[in-house]
This record gives sequence, C-alpha cells and structure tokens, in this order.
Amino acid sequence: MAEPAVRPSDAAQGAPRRSWRTVDIVVTAVLGVAFGVVFWAWGLLWAATGPAFGAFPPGQAFMYGVWLLPAVLAPLIIRKPGAALFAELIAGIVSALLGSAWGSLVIVYGLLQGLAGELGFAAFGWRRYSWPQALLAAALAGGTAAGLDLVNYYPDWTAGWMTTYTALIVVSTVVIAGLGGIALTRALAASGVLSSFASGRARV
Amino acid sequence: MSAPLSLGPARPVPLSAVNPVAQLSAVLVVTCVLLVSGDLVTPGVLLAAELALLPAAGLSRPGDVLRRTWPLLLSALGVAWVNVAFGSLDGAEAWLSGATWALRVVALALPGILLVASTDPVRLADALTVHWRVSTRFAYGSLAALRLVPLLAAEWETIRLARRARGVEGGRDPVAHVRLLASTAFALLVGAIRRGSRLATAMDARGFDSGVTRTNARGSRLQPLDRWFVTGAVALCAAAVTASVLSGAWSPVFS
Amino acid sequence: MEDPVPPRGTRRAPRVPGTGSFQHDGVGPAAVRLAGFGFRHASRRAWAVQDVDLRIEPGERVLLTGASGAGKSTLLRALGGLLEPESGDAAGELTVDGAAPDRRRQRVGVVFQDPDAQLVMTRAGDDVAFGLENTGTPPELIWPAVDTALDAVGFCLGRDHATAALSGGQKQRLVLAGALAPRPGLLLLDEPTAQLDPDGAALVRAAVARAVADRSATLVVVDHDVEAWLPLVDRVVELLPHGGTVEHPPGWRPAPLRMPVRWVHEPGEVLLAGEAAGFTHRGSARPALAPTDVALRAGRTLAVTGPNGTGKSTLALLLAGLRAPTTGRVVAAPTVTAGLRRPDRPPHRWPAAELATRIGTVFQQPEHQFLTGRVRDELALGSLRSGAGAAQARATAEELLERLGLAALADANPFTLSGGQQRRLSVATALATAPRVLVLDEPTFGQDRETWAELVALLAEQQDGDRALCLVTHDAAVVTALADDVCTLGVPVPV
Repeated sequence: MAEPAVRPSDAAQGAPRRSWRTVDIVVTAVLGVAFGVVFWAWGLLWAATGPAFGAFPPGQAFMYGVWLLPAVLAPLIIRKPGAALFAELIAGIVSALLGSAWGSLVIVYGLLQGLAGELGFAAFGWRRYSWPQALLAAALAGGTAAGLDLVNYYPDWTAGWMTTYTALIVVSTVVIAGLGGIALTRALAASGVLSSFASGRARV
Repeated sequence: MSAPLSLGPARPVPLSAVNPVAQLSAVLVVTCVLLVSGDLVTPGVLLAAELALLPAAGLSRPGDVLRRTWPLLLSALGVAWVNVAFGSLDGAEAWLSGATWALRVVALALPGILLVASTDPVRLADALTVHWRVSTRFAYGSLAALRLVPLLAAEWETIRLARRARGVEGGRDPVAHVRLLASTAFALLVGAIRRGSRLATAMDARGFDSGVTRTNARGSRLQPLDRWFVTGAVALCAAAVTASVLSGAWSPVFS
Repeated sequence: MEDPVPPRGTRRAPRVPGTGSFQHDGVGPAAVRLAGFGFRHASRRAWAVQDVDLRIEPGERVLLTGASGAGKSTLLRALGGLLEPESGDAAGELTVDGAAPDRRRQRVGVVFQDPDAQLVMTRAGDDVAFGLENTGTPPELIWPAVDTALDAVGFCLGRDHATAALSGGQKQRLVLAGALAPRPGLLLLDEPTAQLDPDGAALVRAAVARAVADRSATLVVVDHDVEAWLPLVDRVVELLPHGGTVEHPPGWRPAPLRMPVRWVHEPGEVLLAGEAAGFTHRGSARPALAPTDVALRAGRTLAVTGPNGTGKSTLALLLAGLRAPTTGRVVAAPTVTAGLRRPDRPPHRWPAAELATRIGTVFQQPEHQFLTGRVRDELALGSLRSGAGAAQARATAEELLERLGLAALADANPFTLSGGQQRRLSVATALATAPRVLVLDEPTFGQDRETWAELVALLAEQQDGDRALCLVTHDAAVVTALADDVCTLGVPVPV
C-alpha cells in the first residue's frame, strides 16, 4: 500500500518518557485502589487465620507478600519513577478508608514499603523493568515491612522469632510480590488491557 | 461493609466544619506521638479524646461505631493476645504489655475513621491541592480511581456468581477456594484497569492534561477553627506525654 | 473576537489569556476535514481506519455507521485529538477548524459509552465543573456555566445530587452536560446509549437534541442503534471495513433486522418454575423482586421484560440457581434433578459443577465469566469441571468452535475478543455443559445489527424441543424474534 504521509509511531525508539500521562496516573491509582480492597480482605483473612498459627505466630508471615504486590506490579506495568510509591500509598489509604484493622498506620506502612520498592527500580535508573528489578524491589519492601512490624506489633518477641519472621516475610514477598508481580503483568498484558502502556505492547 | 464503602458526598457532621488538611495535621501529630510511645497512659489519654470526638463525626449510635470499627477491634484483640500469649514477658507484665499494644492500635486507627466519617473525598482533594500544593493531576486522578471502589465491590459479587454458573466454586477444598479467589481477583483487576484507562481518556477529553493551571470551583478555606483544632491536638499530645512521664509510665519505643 | 452565534443568552466562559497552545481561537460550530486519513494501532498490523475523505460543515449533524471493527471509535478519537502519537501511525490529513485536532482539544466535547468511566466527582455539579476547572476558567464564571449546561440537558436534580445515586440514563445526561459546559464547537458521541435501557437511551437522545437545537455545535455520533438517531441527524456516513466511506442518501434507512428461522414447539413439561419467588436484599426495606410465578417449559422460550427496577436480573439469578429466593421457592423438575445426590434441594444449593450441567447462565458482561487464557480452554472447562474426560471435553470444545464460527480464534485470549465474539463465546461456554435450561441476561445489549442477527440465530438454534430458554431483555426485537411466552414484571414500588 502506498502511504507517503504516514507519520511513524515513536513507541519503539528512544528512552521511555519520564513524565506521567493521565492514563499512567489513573491506572496506577486504580491498581492502588484495587489492592486497597484486596488488603482489606487480606487483613480479615490474616485475622481469621491467626489462631491457626497460635503455636508459632511468626509462621503466618508466609502470607505477607500480597501486601507488597502493588509496589512491584505498578512499576512493571506503568514504568515510571514513583509508580511503586504511589500505588502502595493509595492502597494503604484505601484499606484504611475501608476500615482496616491497622487504621491509619497502614498509610505509613504503604509509604515506607512503597519507598523501599521504589529503590529496587531506582537502583537501575528506572530504565529497566524486568525480573532483577522486581525481585530486588520485593525483597527491599519485604525487609522494610518486617522491620516495621517488629517495632510496632511484636516488640516482645524473642530474637529467634524475630529473625524467622523477617526471613519468612522476605521469602514470601520475593515469591508472591516479585515472581507473582511478573506473572500478573504477563497475564494482564495477554488479556489486552495494557494496550495503553509500553508493558502491554511489548509482547503482542 | 457498605458504610465504609460509601464514598459519595459525606453527610455533613459537626467535624466536617474542620478543613480536611487541619484534620490531617492533627492525625499526623497524634500518629507520630503514638508511634513513639510505648506505655499505657499516652494511648489511653489520646484514645479518650478520640472517643469524645465520635459524636462530632456523626458516630453517636453504638451500631454505627461498631460497623466502622469491628475489623479494628478484632485486630486489637489479636495483637493483645499474641503479645500476652507469646511475648517474652510473664504474668501481670504480659497482660500490661498486651493491653498497651491493643490500646495503641485502636488509638492509632480511630483518627482515620473519624476523618473518613466526616470528610467528603472531593473536599479532601480540594484542600490538599489548595493548601498543601499537592499536584492536581495526582490528587484528582486518585479521586477518579477512588470512585471505582463501590463499583468494584458490586462487580466482585457478580463475578463470583458468574463463576458458579460456569461450574466453579470452592466447595470444601481450601485450595480450590484460593484459586477461585485469585481468578475472581484477576477478572476484577482486568475490568478495573480497562475502566481506569477509559476514565483517563475521558478526563483528557475534558482537558485534564491540557497543561493549563487548573482552577478550583469550590475552593477550600482555612478558618480560625482549623488553627484551634490543630493547636488542640498538639496540646492534647503534650498533655498525654506529660501525664505519662509524670506517672513514670513513659517508655518510648525507640530507646 | 466576536461571537457569531450568541449562545442562548449566556456568556461563553472566557479563557485565561496567554495559556499557550491550549488557548482556543475559534468560536461557534467547528468545521472538520479529512483527506485520505488513516490510523493503525501500534500493536496491530491492519489499519483501523483507512482512506477516509470527509468534509463536515459547521453545525452539521452526522451519524457515523459501519460494521463492528470498521474503526468508528478510532475515527472519533482521532477527531477528538485523543490518539497519542506513540499509540500508532497516522496517515493523510485531519483538521478541525483548520488545525490538527490535538491543538483544538478545547473546542471538542466527547461523550463515551460507559458513564461510570467518565464521571470523576461525587456531586453532579462538581462533575460538570471538572472540565471548566481543567481549562482554567475563573471560579466565579464556573457555576453559571454549570447551571446553563445542566439546564441544556434537562438535568433537574440539582448540583448537589450524588452521582453514584443516579440511573444510567441520568449519569449519561450529566456526562453530556460536562461535555457541553465549556461550549464546544464539535460534539462527539461514541455509542452514548449502548449501555442504557430504552428509557435511558431516549432520555439521552432528547438531551442531545435539545443541546444541539441551536446548531451551536457540529455533531458527530457513532451508535449501534442507527434508526433512533436518524430523525436527529442531517447526514449518514458509513465507514467501510477495508477503508473508505459511503454517504447514504437522505431518507435512507438501514436494512431490516434479519429474523431467525424458528420452529414452534408444543409446550413440553415444566423444567424449572418459580413459585411466588421473590428477593429482598439484606437491610433493604423494598423487595428487589416482588413474589413472581414463572414456568420454563421444554421447547419454549420465555422472555422476561419490564421497566428498570422491577427485578428482571434478580429473577434471572433466582432461576439460575445463583441466589436463594427470600420468599417463595424455585423448583426443578425430576428430569432436571435426576442424578443429583440430593435432588430434594433447591437449585441454589446444588454444587456448582452439577448446576452448570443443568442450568446454564449467560451474564450481561461476558468477561465476568471467562476463566482461562484461551478460547479453546474456556470451552473445555465446563465439561472438565462436570466430570467429563479430557478427550471428551476437547471434542465438545472443537465441535462448539466449529458450530459457533469461533474456530479461527481457538487460541486467542478471550479477553482480547471483540464484544460480539465475547458474547458468542459466553453463550458457547454455557452450551458446553449441555444444560436443559438456559438463562440469558440481556443477551443483545449494546450489540450492532450484525452481531444481533448472529446471536439471535444462535439462540434460535437452541430452541430444539428439549431445552427451555429464559431471556431477560429490554430489546423488543428479541422478544419478537425468539419468545414463545412473555412475562412482564410489574411497575416498581416507588421508593
């Protein structure tokens, strides 16, 4: 077909645009909101399954990764600096609005976990959004969350429990938030809803 | 669940007269003090003050209070129990420690519940952008996304029923329950992202990304009441810490 | 600059001077020119729109038609300057008032399909003000403009009404007011009534008619319901699937809907019946569905109709065994319950796998029912869940793929299919488990004429004498095409 007047798309070339488009802002916020609801439900599940870990409470940390998922998922999808922080913060705020068990403290958690997740992508200059960044972000966010928990909720635990708890959380976040975040991004891209983002165009 | 989900225009209550940023400032002050404190007296005093504010936030009936706070109370009990039963302390000390942490969790969470009960999210976004210079694009972008929460809740139920119609349900198998939950959540996420992308296009079509400095039709004014509210919160925190120190209970977390 | 067409005695909201490229330099209705225009999405090889030559004069009202996938929505987005440069390749020329549309964004108002994906604020007035705020209108001029826009669309519930508490038609009216408030010269409507019931759609069309009565804006509409818009528009332009356009002459009408061949069956035995079945939501004083008697017979199709709020969808959920009636009961015939471990139990207590082989349900939003990443797996899933072997499930899936014309899409992700394909797939998934009863909620909702005819033909094939169909629908044409019996739910109890 003759098409002299075609203006080519600039999707493929050049460095990714750093500035946030409206769709970046809204979809990151939507991810935050959706995970805010998930956090709220997960909090209830956490409370409900608590007695099952009566003999060894730190064991419950294996469920922890879900709380760090937006900090990994949002940057993988949106690919902008600040996506981890923004998504995790909004998720914290929404779960607090819905009546979270941890009240406004979740917002502080969201902020710090988001910052920690952000570091994983910042370490690579926010240029690459693949599994090393995702796993690093997940591990950092998990470590931060564990520290916060021990100071806030379980200061009376023995050192052994504290270590186990931290290790379990980091493993859980690397698996659920890190690997899970990558798998979820792929599944979402396959469903075609990420067509507005570079992450959704790459594989189609 | 429906009460905390109703993010529509909040019914005006006495506390709504306080500007959202003043409320947020007070919440920040109280939160910081509580995060540092590790005794029973500080959260006790602050909690008493927060409870006194419940009627001003329109939460005077016990049923209303309970509907907003039950997950919080459940969790506070859990925290107390974990610390009493599995902490390194014994006997009365363990009980004291458990009560301290439970009280602290409730005192930390209640300000947020007061804020939600008395504040319309649009007014909050207005106040944040006008007074705290929060980016209008991020504030109203988030607000637009927040509006999807009640829709998500309704959609969750529909998706669950749609799964049953396809012959898929958890039954007695916990693994099947988890898989069902995951697949329902995924379908919900796909719908939410799609709707969010459309919402962004619609917002851009109305000039949201025009680059023009945005005006605000409603405005947001700070009044003397707001200054008094924040001052009151600071004074209260000072009083709580003083009482704690004087009674010899003060034991900061980071020491 | 003088306003050539004084708009209904109100001041046009002035712009802040010196705001760069977004300052608008046109007033009154806009002119649109397209020459050899085309657009290709970044992720696709085929062009979505191609070789479009079109002139639309200021104040004209144009209805844009074309088969699904002809690129109507893409073209409308291009007119609104909403296609990002990185989202694909553009060809040819497209101007609005002589400039590229992305430089004329402030001259354009757009209304899309889904009202919930367009409202931003929690109060009606705030939402209409949103666009004015974005363009830097001074606050003291915003509220008069908001009132004018609300008045123009006939929205009379007041500025403070909660947007969440509005019906779909009212929401869409509000969206239209928001698009009109900045006084656009070009109004673009992208399937504005596709998600509304007939009353809501009529409400929106009336509001549009009222808003453009003075020809102060050029109007371009895309809608599947061509006939309803004909009285309002001056021209009908059809986009051809492989590029180019055809202009229909004045007085043109679309070809009549293709009605399916139908075999009328003698009423068979009652397979499923609602006996004074009603439903009230917990904590609600008003029943969502008043007690209703209804019977589904083998070989017959029952259409459930009635105004919004009478509980049509609720009745479908009760009959489908998805909700428990709060009054009365739902009873299945012994031929249906045969093989159940506890045949005495009502359908809502049957295990899901048993339910799917007895009562199939097709939801309004097909996406809600998709569980896998491939069309083929989607069709095999139901049979696998209800205990068929892998080989048999595969065979069932292949047969359905052929019969429903989905074979070419066997490996596609269900979420990426077009609306019509998704609808066909969701019907196919319900048929995969060979249920005796099939319940469908608004099967033709928002479909274009082609898809409508395909779906109705598909459903007509299911009326094979052995199966009972229940259609919940607003669509009078579907009732004519398929229904043997009609159950009209009563007037809703006023709130």
